[in-house]
Amino acid sequence: MLNAIADPMLPTPYRVLKVNRETGDTFTLTLKPPKGAPHFAFAPGQFNMLYVFGVGEVPISISGDPDKPETLVHTVRAVGAVSRAICALKKGETLGVRGPFGVPWPVEKAPGWDVLVIAGGLGLAPVRPAVYHLLARRPQYGNLELIYGARTPEDLVFRRELERWRGRFDFRVHVTVDTAKGDWRGNVGVVPNLISRARFDPEHTMALICGPGVMMRFTVQELLNRGVQMENIYVSMERNMKCGLGLCGHCQLGPFFVCKDGPVFPYDRVRDWFLMREV
Amino acid sequence: MPPTFANVGDEVVLELQGLRQLLEVLGSRGYSVMGPTLRHGSLVYDRLSSIDALPRGWGDEQKGGFFRLRPLPEPRLFGYGVGQQSWKQFLCPPRKSLWQARREENGLQILPPEEPAPKFAFFGVRACDLQAIAVQDKVFLEGTYIDPHYRARREQAFILAVNCAHACGTGFCASMGTGPKAASGFDLALTEILEGEQHYFLAAVGTERGRQVIAQVPHRKAGSAEQEAAARTTVRAAREMGRTLDTGDIKALLYRNYENPQWDRVAARCLTCGNCTLVCPTCFCHTVEDSSDLTGEQAERWRRWDVCYTVDYSYLHGGSVRATPRSRYRQWLTHKLATWIDQFGVSGCVGCGRCITWCPVAIDITEEVRAIRESERAGAGDQGSGGRSQ
Repeated sequence: MLNAIADPMLPTPYRVLKVNRETGDTFTLTLKPPKGAPHFAFAPGQFNMLYVFGVGEVPISISGDPDKPETLVHTVRAVGAVSRAICALKKGETLGVRGPFGVPWPVEKAPGWDVLVIAGGLGLAPVRPAVYHLLARRPQYGNLELIYGARTPEDLVFRRELERWRGRFDFRVHVTVDTAKGDWRGNVGVVPNLISRARFDPEHTMALICGPGVMMRFTVQELLNRGVQMENIYVSMERNMKCGLGLCGHCQLGPFFVCKDGPVFPYDRVRDWFLMREV
Repeated sequence: MPPTFANVGDEVVLELQGLRQLLEVLGSRGYSVMGPTLRHGSLVYDRLSSIDALPRGWGDEQKGGFFRLRPLPEPRLFGYGVGQQSWKQFLCPPRKSLWQARREENGLQILPPEEPAPKFAFFGVRACDLQAIAVQDKVFLEGTYIDPHYRARREQAFILAVNCAHACGTGFCASMGTGPKAASGFDLALTEILEGEQHYFLAAVGTERGRQVIAQVPHRKAGSAEQEAAARTTVRAAREMGRTLDTGDIKALLYRNYENPQWDRVAARCLTCGNCTLVCPTCFCHTVEDSSDLTGEQAERWRRWDVCYTVDYSYLHGGSVRATPRSRYRQWLTHKLATWIDQFGVSGCVGCGRCITWCPVAIDITEEVRAIRESERAGAGDQGSGGRSQ
């Protein structure tokens, strides 16, 4: 699904309504469209190009609820010049938004299926809109599980929401961390190890995966071992992006432009490129 | 104005005087006429005020890593091939302002550039470069998103093609099916004919716009002798061409050979300077640069050609995707000759030979493909581990 954008090269100014600190370096910004602008309609898994005045622009996934388009929500980790500048924005300040771009998670195919949502680190942000979408239509799906891993308990994003989701009887949530101090009573270990705990019917299971490359690689392998079909496994890929329009060339992954052919790909489509180094 | 009988698809004959007037007519129709000129011993596309500015009587010598202009024994106007520049610098300029932004009390305001797109006439586009323009059209005009800046320039551009009378030293357009004769994509296409005392141009009319221009200059109907002379010219150029690139099965060949050891051998020579990308008439990669003034009140975004050979090009938080020269050369070559076909339905290579001429260490794209093909034939291609199975 691609929304029509009047001039895809011009950012629209959005105002910061709220900034929430998720972890030491990760922040969730709630943005308000300018007066008179239409609601920000997007599909789960799409991203925007966010511009900080005079600093630069970076691609950031939308982490909010697609059923609540009155505001636009992004979760950003401060790792470079632009993302640091985004995280330093205060309530009332403005940033430029271009988008939404990219191929979303195939949630429209999910009714009747078991759905596994699997995320590592900040990879929970791009899948969160899919979780919102699925929970809002919960009776339509079979078993619904989230497997989420972070480095340490302090690196878990959306922690309160995770706790709320764990309280539901219709949504199984597994959380793990790579390392923890003694006061952590949850799982310790990597995400792929938790696949064995998930309940699903492999023939009728769709998996949505977003996380670091190595985590996605081993997670896919586990799912394949358990009989999930390659074409029902979806991965969200990441590349350097300058335009979001398929014109600048930076996001190439073999024959694909991740910005417009992705970021979400069925695994069978990208498998050869996914497994190759330095493409 | 002389009456014209020429229709689109016809061929007419222009004398030197007719060509002179043709350039003037383009100027009077509001075009900035850009064409080959000599500057500091180099072939440079620049504004042409008259055909006297063309490098009359000059030819070129090109081989791997080598370009020299040479005087010709005849007063040919188009006796050289292509230089380091291509027409992409006019349609997709190396640096282009995309917008300006102003910080205001209630936020920021973003202002698109207001300058009108220049109206160019390209005087002397070779067949390889016609195809290059067609390839960039697919990139900028036929994808999910259209580049409005490219479109504005492209729609207005008048294209006067020139068929090559001699093969350039590094080109291989004949084997790419793109030249040396211009087949389509021009408003007018000239063949320069110098036989004995005769010096004239056979002009093929490609479009209504071309017909209107021809109608304003003295011309006569082409006879069969003149048409045959023109045909001889381009056949000779094709015959002279020494270099070939075997495109048979090329996408699958390269997809099978991502782990071929030949990439290591070429990487040992490649300086990753990116010359090949800058001279390539189809390379379209660009980056954007954001900046602000010292007061912090004004900001701008510029688009600038980018080079896939830099470490920065594929940089993602934490490191570059393509950290080694091997992977970056492989990206460039496989993009040009294989993935481009999947992306845009055509090859990204038009066989102009610029990347060979302007490579400081004379890496030859045709040799690299041949080496991969031969190593696979010899069984050295690493097909089992990591190569794609397509």
